[in-house]
Amino acid sequence: MVFVPDRGPRMRTDLPDAIPSHSASLLAMRGVCKRYGGVEALRGVDLAVAPGEVHALVGENGAGKSTLMKVLSGVERPDAGTMEFAGRAWKPAGPVQARRAGVAMIHQELALAPHLSIAENIALGVEPRKFRGLGPLAPLDRRLMHSTASRVLARLGHGGLDPARRTGDLPAATRQLIEIGRALASQATVMIMDEPTSSLGRHDADRLLEVVKKLRDEGLSIVYISHFLEEIRRIADRFTVLRDGRTVATAAIASSTDQSLIELMTGRSVGAVFPARDRQPGEVVLGIDQLVGCPTPSRASLEVRSGEIVGIAGLVGAGRTEFLRCLAGLDPTAAGAITIHGRQVDLKASIRARMRRGLGFLSEDRKGEGLALSMSIAENLLLSNFKAVSKRGLLSSQRMQTAANEWIDRLAIRSGDPARAAQTLSGGNQQKIAIARLLHQDSTVLLLDEPTRGIDIGSKVQVYELLNGLARSGRGVVVSSGHLPELLGLCDRIAVMHRGVLGPARAVAECTEASLMSEAVLGSDAEEAA
Amino acid sequence: MMAEMSPIVKKVDRSASQGWLRRVGRLAAPFIGLFLVLVIFTAIEPGSFPTVRNGQTIAVQTVVVGIGALGMCFVIVCGGIDLSIGSVIALASVAGAMTLDAGYGPTAAMAMAGGTGAFCGLINGGMVTALRIPPFIVTLGMLGIARGLAKLLAGNQRIAPPPESLGWLEGFVDKTPAITWLQVAPAAWCLLVTAILAGFVLRRTAFGVQVVAIGSSEPTARLCGVPVARTKILVYVLCGLGAGLAGAVTLGRLGVGDPTTAVGLELQIIAAVVIGGASLSGGEGGILGTMIGAFMLSCLSAGCTLAGIDNSIQEIIIGGIIVAAVTIDGLRQRRNR
Repeated sequence: MVFVPDRGPRMRTDLPDAIPSHSASLLAMRGVCKRYGGVEALRGVDLAVAPGEVHALVGENGAGKSTLMKVLSGVERPDAGTMEFAGRAWKPAGPVQARRAGVAMIHQELALAPHLSIAENIALGVEPRKFRGLGPLAPLDRRLMHSTASRVLARLGHGGLDPARRTGDLPAATRQLIEIGRALASQATVMIMDEPTSSLGRHDADRLLEVVKKLRDEGLSIVYISHFLEEIRRIADRFTVLRDGRTVATAAIASSTDQSLIELMTGRSVGAVFPARDRQPGEVVLGIDQLVGCPTPSRASLEVRSGEIVGIAGLVGAGRTEFLRCLAGLDPTAAGAITIHGRQVDLKASIRARMRRGLGFLSEDRKGEGLALSMSIAENLLLSNFKAVSKRGLLSSQRMQTAANEWIDRLAIRSGDPARAAQTLSGGNQQKIAIARLLHQDSTVLLLDEPTRGIDIGSKVQVYELLNGLARSGRGVVVSSGHLPELLGLCDRIAVMHRGVLGPARAVAECTEASLMSEAVLGSDAEEAA
Repeated sequence: MMAEMSPIVKKVDRSASQGWLRRVGRLAAPFIGLFLVLVIFTAIEPGSFPTVRNGQTIAVQTVVVGIGALGMCFVIVCGGIDLSIGSVIALASVAGAMTLDAGYGPTAAMAMAGGTGAFCGLINGGMVTALRIPPFIVTLGMLGIARGLAKLLAGNQRIAPPPESLGWLEGFVDKTPAITWLQVAPAAWCLLVTAILAGFVLRRTAFGVQVVAIGSSEPTARLCGVPVARTKILVYVLCGLGAGLAGAVTLGRLGVGDPTTAVGLELQIIAAVVIGGASLSGGEGGILGTMIGAFMLSCLSAGCTLAGIDNSIQEIIIGGIIVAAVTIDGLRQRRNR
């Protein structure tokens, strides 16, 4: 496969089984653009979904997949471009109208009301009513609602489930099926699934994939968004790659390799993304011995040396975030020992006390926790250490601005004006502000939770370079990430978290994506036993 | 670093001017509101509204709402709300009156009133942080408790200490002060000084910026090592202290400790802060705007009294102004997004 360096809205035509003509597709988008304020989320997307196929939509975070799906399902209206569905122009007024017309969205965050029953959730928004003339006051046709729910559940292989059960009592995997059931009940012909397996265990994920295949065989078209390439390989017929809001390729999945897909997604060869590892590990700066948090992690031991980047891998929900939060003093710790620069830390010590010892924590939730978005860039940068910019206990605006500008320059943050609100910045620059704050508070041990989540590939490369520079200057860096290639490219050693238990940290040369994934799914004990 | 100094200096200049512009933008609404109120009442009552006498009345009326609004401003910027402030003012005035009645001087009465208010604030802040109950509920509870306690202590009637025991407190709130060059009551000057001080604390100290940070995003503040619980408690104590001092001023003006005074005053105080550009979802607001808001409300009520507009109509107008101010705030936030 040829790597496409051009960022222009060109489509590949050199591939076998190129895009079918639009007349053959059930759902087609051409040249769709969407901007949010100054951010161009989509700048020319083409997508053609044939009847009865699973069409994988892949791309990095921030490539525009979610926006594309919002446009398709009627949540957002496109600024430019045309859309067709079943031969007619497609202009849904909203998600409910789209669902009624046959295009249903299965959300990444489950869009179910936990207090309602299964049947009520399946019918939500399209409730069958008696005496329709009464409008919203018409009584529900409960019998029809329940029979529809039972029929749909049976189709999904859950015929035994009572539609009257409260949704909140069901396990996550079943709740996901109910969302799909909702789409089936409204007779959807196109179903859009956004990372449906991201919160499921392997077994449940397999069952879900079987359901997807079954629906495809019944004639439904499914747009399947996922980061898991092996999953896509198993179920998808064709794929479309989005990058920076543009379609860069569409082809049959059989004609691609994992390597070529990654290159299409990132827009560069994998090697150039990560800085060279020329770091010298020094003495141990962070020691963690048998740490137990409440409720996770259940067991974690790790040593981090200065000048080294240690990766924490694991599935979503394995307890990576909780582990780092325990270390930072944000979540309670039940037992164990933590040493920073050789000195024991009181397990009850606040984040404030730990920060003074040199610990810095970057939250995975940049918008909710990492930054106070309505405050200025300067305030966000300096919030954790006002002492450095105070004169006789009072804040000095001159020192604040000088300090802010210094960090903005040193980290090459494209912000212009430090007095502007942090929410005016792009995701990548926001993340740099959050990292700069750790440096401003003189952190020597950095705990970074998903440092590149939701930022574009260009910013990612800059963050990787920044982390490399920090490690080279003698800091110890811990990076938690759900993206294995990132850890393999960036880290010196990687430890895998499985159900709250942290496995041993292994040198990156001993790790492969497959070995890490199997440890993430099975745990390290199982691997040793095998 | 030295070589890079010149671009940095340039940036400082530009950012300073833009931050200033933004703040002026926020203050435009309260200034326009104040201007409208002044123009309308000058037009209705040209003989009595724009006079020195009326100005003196307005100044002294501003003191109670204004001093309460200073504390409330901190609470609202911090992302909270204090509904109990009217009741606490009444409780503090009763406590002050009882102190005078017991033979202590006006200074002791003022300390007693302030202390009572601060104690109520401590309870509010403690409940909000330790028990993690929403401030709306905690202070709604305190609204009932403080009012009931005031009535209980005063035996359901006014406490009238001997008139001479008021001492300097009477002159403090006299709208035509004994020292004539002051022009308005000393209490009004004290409010002005306190307001300047409060503005300084909110903008120029780490405490103030941390208050803004908690209101803007509490998880972020916690992440950055801000002592969230301590700061919040302190903010409620400050608000309670303001309410207590407002109670002392009320006592000085009425000459009695009245457990039924300041009913519904929380509405005016919250209105003053919101008119001044504060966001009820926290993180935004300022002292200058709050003071303009408080001044505007006293002008409104003085004007209504002069024009013979009934109290009930005033309440309707104030309620409408609050809704309008919050709507403007909502529109502004939507535009920023």
